[in-house]
Amino acid sequence: MSGGVDSSVAAALLAQEGGDDEVIGVWMRTHGDLPEGYELSRSCCSPDAADDARRVAQLLKIPFFILNVEREFGARVIDAFVDSYLDGATPNPCQACNQYIKFDELLRRGLAAYGADAVATGHYARLEHRDGRWRLLRAADADKDQTYFLWVLDQEQLARTRFPLGSLTKPEVRAMAAELTLPTAHKPESQEICFVPLGDYRALLEERRGYAGDPGPIVDADGTRVGTHTGYAHYTVGQRHGLGVALGEAVYVREVQPATNTVVIGRREEIAQRTFSVHGARFTAGAPPSERFTASVRIRHRAPDVPAEVTMVGRDRLVVETDDPVWAPAPGQAAVLYAGDECLGGGRIARAEA
Amino acid sequence: MAIYLDHAATSPLLPEVLDAMLPYLTEHHGNPSSIHASGRRARQALDEAREEIASAIGAKPREVVFTSGGSEADNLAVKGIAWAGSARGRHVITSSVEHKAVLNSCAMLARQGFEITYLRVDRSGGVDPADVAAAITDRTTLVSVMSASNEVGTVQPVAEIGAICRERKVPFHVDAVQSAAFGPPTPDAWQATAISLSAHKLGGPKGIGALYVRQGTAMLPQVHGGAQERQRRAGTENVAGAAGFATAVRLAHERPMSVAPQRDRLLEGLTALPGVHLTGDPVDRLPNSASVVIEGIEGGDLVAALDLEGIEASTGSACTTGSVDPSHVLLAMGIDEGLAHGSLRLTLGRETTEAEIDRTIAAVDACIGRLRASAPDMVATA
Repeated sequence: MSGGVDSSVAAALLAQEGGDDEVIGVWMRTHGDLPEGYELSRSCCSPDAADDARRVAQLLKIPFFILNVEREFGARVIDAFVDSYLDGATPNPCQACNQYIKFDELLRRGLAAYGADAVATGHYARLEHRDGRWRLLRAADADKDQTYFLWVLDQEQLARTRFPLGSLTKPEVRAMAAELTLPTAHKPESQEICFVPLGDYRALLEERRGYAGDPGPIVDADGTRVGTHTGYAHYTVGQRHGLGVALGEAVYVREVQPATNTVVIGRREEIAQRTFSVHGARFTAGAPPSERFTASVRIRHRAPDVPAEVTMVGRDRLVVETDDPVWAPAPGQAAVLYAGDECLGGGRIARAEA
Repeated sequence: MAIYLDHAATSPLLPEVLDAMLPYLTEHHGNPSSIHASGRRARQALDEAREEIASAIGAKPREVVFTSGGSEADNLAVKGIAWAGSARGRHVITSSVEHKAVLNSCAMLARQGFEITYLRVDRSGGVDPADVAAAITDRTTLVSVMSASNEVGTVQPVAEIGAICRERKVPFHVDAVQSAAFGPPTPDAWQATAISLSAHKLGGPKGIGALYVRQGTAMLPQVHGGAQERQRRAGTENVAGAAGFATAVRLAHERPMSVAPQRDRLLEGLTALPGVHLTGDPVDRLPNSASVVIEGIEGGDLVAALDLEGIEASTGSACTTGSVDPSHVLLAMGIDEGLAHGSLRLTLGRETTEAEIDRTIAAVDACIGRLRASAPDMVATA
């Protein structure tokens, strides 16, 4: 229970269901208190959020515990986030949190400490057991679908997972919360990354890894220097703002090169690609459907997915060729594969080979 | 019905205590400072409560200041005495295993320029009186050492420390919140200047405590306002609380607890389990306190697991928002940080039965087996 409306209603639905299942509320403490002066009222991880989650648990008459995952979150999510920038890539902290914290640490420790059989979350996704295996399906509310962050789950995890909100829309969830007079009913959506106050991740690079940023060249596709950046790790592929380059048309970050501290820019059409490699691929079924298959691929949350041809080129590597160019596949971001409503799996977009 | 083994956190309210309080929550609603009959009735209850507590500890009634609890008593003693003596010196000595109410009061003093000496402790959590003697300088205006640890139960040599302070003419404060259930604090035997007490640790209500302050001690109030408590603590007095507190103190006196045999049975059973180690002193410890560290588990996870088995325990330190920091007490005792994460504190009450002890040992055994089995393989970083 994050203290937000979604997990509150998920808990309420399970608690109302009754039956033999006992519901236990857990709030995970992911990081220490922020320095005085920061107010993260919209974050899911502030002490205020713990208060909200506890109040909901009290109203639902379920036991409530705080699970401390600070060490794991620090290493697996925050450090990985920072290292991703230092690697010239775009981090994916919500997916890392799902993979390592919610469906690994919480599942593992929750099963042991609370004697639980499964973990339920407020994610918008559906599960179905068909033809001998669990399938991860897109949420009924296409606008809220969160399978983009859940592709990492394997059969064992899916078997121990519940998504009570999968067939509901967000307005329905809010209406239920209001009807149950849950204190979280009217909480605004959390937008920022929970451990980055005010969205300023640069301070975090310095704090965790001593990276203060070293100015370097911004070059165009021909290698001509067109400006100066504040440090390569402050830029991500697809970024448009903050480049300080005036070339008479919109330009975007096309590539970030850590080795030479260089940021390469390009015009809109130069950013789009049809072919890109994916590393660290995993499949919800445990294996790809075949060595070469068609799928639709999504390369960022809430972007439309596009038809593509997928070719396995190793145990956990694949190449994606989209029918039409996709805009700015960013190294480090997830490429998630679907067959219809089913999420087949995915992987991390790799840097283009030089 | 859950097995309650967290009496160091708080103890169940005794029925006699509730009876003593009820009239002052219902018909006798007066303010003790009022002139009229209702006020006088409340005043009488307050005076009688103060007398009862004073008499139990061998003090004069005027030496007892009611507070909102143990933490406020600690704050009043540490900051109040240090500030009052600051013209003579700005040095305070305390131990590294005190309650946070003392340690954070000292931290506040440090921010205001006071020098604080934190006495080290031995592996059992005990303070060496010789260290106190060595730390005192001519600028020292307060020594504060608890009578027994809330976390590991270790009893401190407060009488010896008190003798040293007396000889060196330094005020001596004792936080006796945790030990008072097992024998009233003794200002004279301890040669203490001030002693903190709390009602709810001995069957009294939450929200009331007291500070014994030896007559003639200079101390600045921390709560300013009216002239209540001889100008040492402003605010309308908690009359019902005081009546309940006095009753609890009297009952603790009249009906001493004999829980040590049960506690020994518990410790014997726990330390027989693999990877379970006693913390605190094996002999000089509070009779109801069993504290251990357990290899390969998180204390918080174990406490949650035990709760779901119907056993109410503690990791030993307050962790209201699940802070990950291991106990400062265990670290000060030289216990390895990894091991300190696996702390468990079980504190018995007069109602604890042998059957409950046996069930608890079996449940701890089962839970730590489950928790250890789930631990991930070492280092599996991608």
